[in-house]
Amino acid sequence: MQELEVAGQGSVRVSRKDNDVVVIEKDLTTEEMLLSMGPQHPSTHGVLKLECMTDGEVVTSAEPYLGYLHRCFEKHCEMVDYPGIVPYTDRMDYLAGMNNEWAYCIAVEKLLDIEIPRRVEFIRVIVSELNRIASHLVAIGTYAIDLGAFTPFLFCFRDREHILSLLEWASGSRMLYNYIWIGGLSFDVPADFPKRLKEFVDYFRPKAVELYRLLTENEIFVKRTKGIGIMPADVAINYGWSGPMLRGSGVQWDLRRNDPYSVYPELDFKVPVPDGKFSVVGDCLSRHLVRALEMEESLNIIEQCISKMPGSEGFDARAAVPKRVRPKAGEVYGRAENPRGELGFYIQSDGKSTKPLRCKARSSCFVNLSAMKDLSKGQLIPDLVAIIGSIDIVLGEVDR
Amino acid sequence: MSEMQEGRTLPQSVQESAAAYGIIREAFGSAVSDFDANETMPFFEVLETERWQEIALFMRDHPKLRFNYMACLSGVDYPAEEKLGIVCNLESLGEFGHRIAVKVKCARDGGSIPTAAYVWHTANWHEREAYDMFGMQFAGHPDLRRILCPEDWEGYPLRKDYAVQESYHGIKVPY
Repeated sequence: MQELEVAGQGSVRVSRKDNDVVVIEKDLTTEEMLLSMGPQHPSTHGVLKLECMTDGEVVTSAEPYLGYLHRCFEKHCEMVDYPGIVPYTDRMDYLAGMNNEWAYCIAVEKLLDIEIPRRVEFIRVIVSELNRIASHLVAIGTYAIDLGAFTPFLFCFRDREHILSLLEWASGSRMLYNYIWIGGLSFDVPADFPKRLKEFVDYFRPKAVELYRLLTENEIFVKRTKGIGIMPADVAINYGWSGPMLRGSGVQWDLRRNDPYSVYPELDFKVPVPDGKFSVVGDCLSRHLVRALEMEESLNIIEQCISKMPGSEGFDARAAVPKRVRPKAGEVYGRAENPRGELGFYIQSDGKSTKPLRCKARSSCFVNLSAMKDLSKGQLIPDLVAIIGSIDIVLGEVDR
Repeated sequence: MSEMQEGRTLPQSVQESAAAYGIIREAFGSAVSDFDANETMPFFEVLETERWQEIALFMRDHPKLRFNYMACLSGVDYPAEEKLGIVCNLESLGEFGHRIAVKVKCARDGGSIPTAAYVWHTANWHEREAYDMFGMQFAGHPDLRRILCPEDWEGYPLRKDYAVQESYHGIKVPY
């Protein structure tokens, strides 16, 4: 016993647990090292710098540095008129341009108080749900590649290409669409669009299941993500998390359901939340599962839209588009459910100008990323990569 | 509240916000302004800026309010009033579902607003962004640094009277 006490003063920790079990820990504390991850690190999904203090392989703190992609979105907004901002919103979250445009248009339309034609609403739902699938495919594909699984990435991009062709056919461009306009759309969808869309849904349904199984039945992938980066629900809400991140923590919250806009109240879809059987609620795997399951719900929504959408006879996509957008004086906070969470626009109008007095974009990944410092404490460096990947950031939106 | 007295029916969501405001008004009296019951973003203003933190905590923890979710915090410049300010969009997520916006203002030069970063974690980065863009201080903020602009950037870009610097580390800035 004496030997143990002597050892306890040195670099060996001795503690006595219940029922006389003595635990001896060798103290291997090494000097802390500053490790800069990024801005060019591939696993940061863009230009994000993480300054990590590491103790061996353990991260004691990680401080994110942003702004490498800052393009003064909000300053630009004060210089161009309301419709001119739409193309800028595309360039924020460039993986989900349609959703961004729509969130912005929702905010302006609230101030304008205009009636949107029903067919326009359905087309908006279709294109943004397509974009949501495309965005989730990138999120899942790159997440898999971060964790060393290469094949799902190729599958994801093959199927995403299909969606991009559809969106290109409708809008004329592959990623930066400028398709959803204030009060309408730039063009109606092509005549055969619903038919091709149906073909895509039929094609993608089994692929989504295949993709789901490819990762969730992958032992390595599950081991790398299960129980890593756990975020309890109340802390997630306090951090302002939204979208798949918040649902991954077990909160059934979806703006399409809880603050419904457009025609979503007429559509039947589930809001997937992890039940804790397969993953630990709030961990990286839960967030991945939510995204994977959401793609199937988006397919359901698209299918319903195809059958419910009014016909194109006598339809003018620009019928309700105002010639000159000059909203009444006031303020508005408009928001929509993006693939990454709640994208909101706070707009201030003075009632005289055709330019907003102030336009602030509430970026979902900016808010989700702000929890990084707390999430990374005490994690291993490879797990840090798993956590960043599960947050699914797009730096174009974080930095705006 | 004037609209309600005129007998116009307000949308349900605005009525809920008005009810929530009633509780805050009762507790803080003249520290908060009257309720602006517009339909696009109902709000009230905190008139005694130094009590903002206290009001924020009250709004988050009161059993009938529970504004547990800060959706957005935007910095705003009011050149006519010589003031800077923030607009916070708050919501009771998953509990009551009511929403309200709060405005807090401070002096344009050297003004300071108490931080809400200890009430809602969301406010931490958003306040840094507001400081970065407008230059108001957030008293008691745990880590008030620029977040989007470089540390050594001059001026506050979103102020209405902002003039961009001529060069930054030898690079010509205006394009």
